[in-house]
Amino acid sequence: MALPQKSGRMNRAWRMFANHAATGLAIISTVLVVAPLVAIFIYLLYKGASSINLAFFTQIPKPVGETGGGMANAIVGSGILLALGSILGVPVGIGAGIYLAEFGRGGKLANFVRFTADVLNGVPSIVMGIAVYSLIVLPQKHFSALSGGVALGIMMIPTITRTTEEMLLMVPHAIREAALGLGVPNWRSVLSITLKTASPGVITGCMLAFARVAGETAPLLFTAFGNNFWSANINQPIAALPLQIYVYAISPYDEWHRLAWAGALVLISLIVVSVALVRYVTTRGVLKGAS
Amino acid sequence: MNLKVQEARVPGLPVAPPPPPEPLTTGTESPAASPIRKFLLERSNSAISDGTFRWLMLVCALVIFGIVALIAWQLISRSQLSISKFGLGFFFKQAWDPVSGNFGALPFIYGTLVSSIVALIIAVPLAIGVAVFLTEMCPKFLRGPLSFLTELLAAIPSVVYGLWAIFVLVPILREHVNPYLMKTLGWTGFFTGPNYGIGILAAGVILAIMILPIISSLTREVMTAVPHTQREAVLALGATRWEMIRMGVLRNARIGIVGSIILGLGRALGETMAVTMVIGNRPEIVKSLLGLGYSMSSVIANEFSEASDDMYLSALIEIGLALFIVTIIVNAIARLLVWAVTRGAPQRVV
Repeated sequence: MALPQKSGRMNRAWRMFANHAATGLAIISTVLVVAPLVAIFIYLLYKGASSINLAFFTQIPKPVGETGGGMANAIVGSGILLALGSILGVPVGIGAGIYLAEFGRGGKLANFVRFTADVLNGVPSIVMGIAVYSLIVLPQKHFSALSGGVALGIMMIPTITRTTEEMLLMVPHAIREAALGLGVPNWRSVLSITLKTASPGVITGCMLAFARVAGETAPLLFTAFGNNFWSANINQPIAALPLQIYVYAISPYDEWHRLAWAGALVLISLIVVSVALVRYVTTRGVLKGAS
Repeated sequence: MNLKVQEARVPGLPVAPPPPPEPLTTGTESPAASPIRKFLLERSNSAISDGTFRWLMLVCALVIFGIVALIAWQLISRSQLSISKFGLGFFFKQAWDPVSGNFGALPFIYGTLVSSIVALIIAVPLAIGVAVFLTEMCPKFLRGPLSFLTELLAAIPSVVYGLWAIFVLVPILREHVNPYLMKTLGWTGFFTGPNYGIGILAAGVILAIMILPIISSLTREVMTAVPHTQREAVLALGATRWEMIRMGVLRNARIGIVGSIILGLGRALGETMAVTMVIGNRPEIVKSLLGLGYSMSSVIANEFSEASDDMYLSALIEIGLALFIVTIIVNAIARLLVWAVTRGAPQRVV
């Protein structure tokens, strides 16, 4: 496309007008995007803060009609599910990242694995729920915390793999060569030199993945299933914070709505704190030492 | 003078990205290619432990492939019953009758598609506006906080969006927006019927808010990958800032922008919780956007655990399989497009 050819005062005025209009539109759209976010946070703080009390963290849900009660079992349940997920997802994710960065670089297999990781990243969480349901819940014939943990763990893998790979690639070759030159076996050099140098970045990736699955509800619907009572048995259904929020949000009771807001505030504080931490670590030059 | 010269060099295709800075190249080249490293590895006398380690890491990488294959296999085998009974007609049939065992996925496909399209119509202009503002116009001190805010938008869990939509967005739509739409655009037929507040429009709006950060952050990435010489060339010809953005940046980045939009579409298609909470959950096809609908993911979320007989379960899993295949295709296209523009530039995990 050519710049307008006609010269003249009108044309120039029009171009200036278009310039200002575009600037204005860009600013308006930024405001429109930031507005819902601010609205969500303010409303969440306003609704959630007034419903959070000690009981919320110490009690289990009360039956319909009774006031009070909390989500202590759901908070603990979420913790157990996330721990199970991390046990599965973190080693596999980091291992695959090491393979991509250190061994499979440029190879066909590595490209294929990278593509598969992207595919896995795009799989809707509800589909993940179905798959884990038919893999674990159906053969076992009961819902379990274990299956929920597996679903969350699988969802953590792609993010961890890709960040690990990226971070390992930022480690300079000289360091690897120095280690090998001292007679250190390759596996030792990868684990205690390369991976260690890149560890702030790798931890960042793990926390990002953690924050992403912490709020997942869909894959837990028919795996962890939810539970109104205390349970720490990984072979039994278990409560989870996002699940509990969902159940309470669509219920017709005001008391439960109140608890849903409180739960949402707790959940989001957890996530925002970890995202902010990640951002702090990545922007404050902690990683600079690695590159 | 016009920009024919630039046109000839870049015939609608993305420009070649700038060569990455020197330290990056030495960092990203294949470790195996380094002759020193190769020499040291050959001299090493720990062949067994190294071999085992390499093998272990390979297993981890293959696990990823194994998981995807396992998901696909599970979905296909568990939906056999429904596939063999209904065939392709499953996707073109309106019936959803668990009692008589007659299933068709059309209402859900319709709900998913329409709510996603509404989401794209709302989100795309805003996302591009934000990306343009943040990369080209924003004063430096605002850039950090604003991009952090849009990232936060991506970090909010779906269920919290749903909660907010039920108690804040839906009342606003019901009291203010929908009556206005019915009055001004009612004649089109898209905004008629009873005003519930919840419905396809509400689902589209909340989806738009949810996919905005993905589209805008990828668009930003693509726009940043456009070399500065392009901007300078257009500016040197006397263009205003907007003309520079339009001709120098957006034109060159458009393939990548389309890619990021498709990636956003992929997210919208598979999104479950927030949609389930506001779409209305009624398996009907209504023209009006204010009407109640049902989406593929929400029918699974709602009915999966109550599906009593095998055929019912199988039909639901077939919907999941369709969702799986569609999102794989959509994501693959999007990745290819984004990759076409940003290759060479350092990648980011989305």
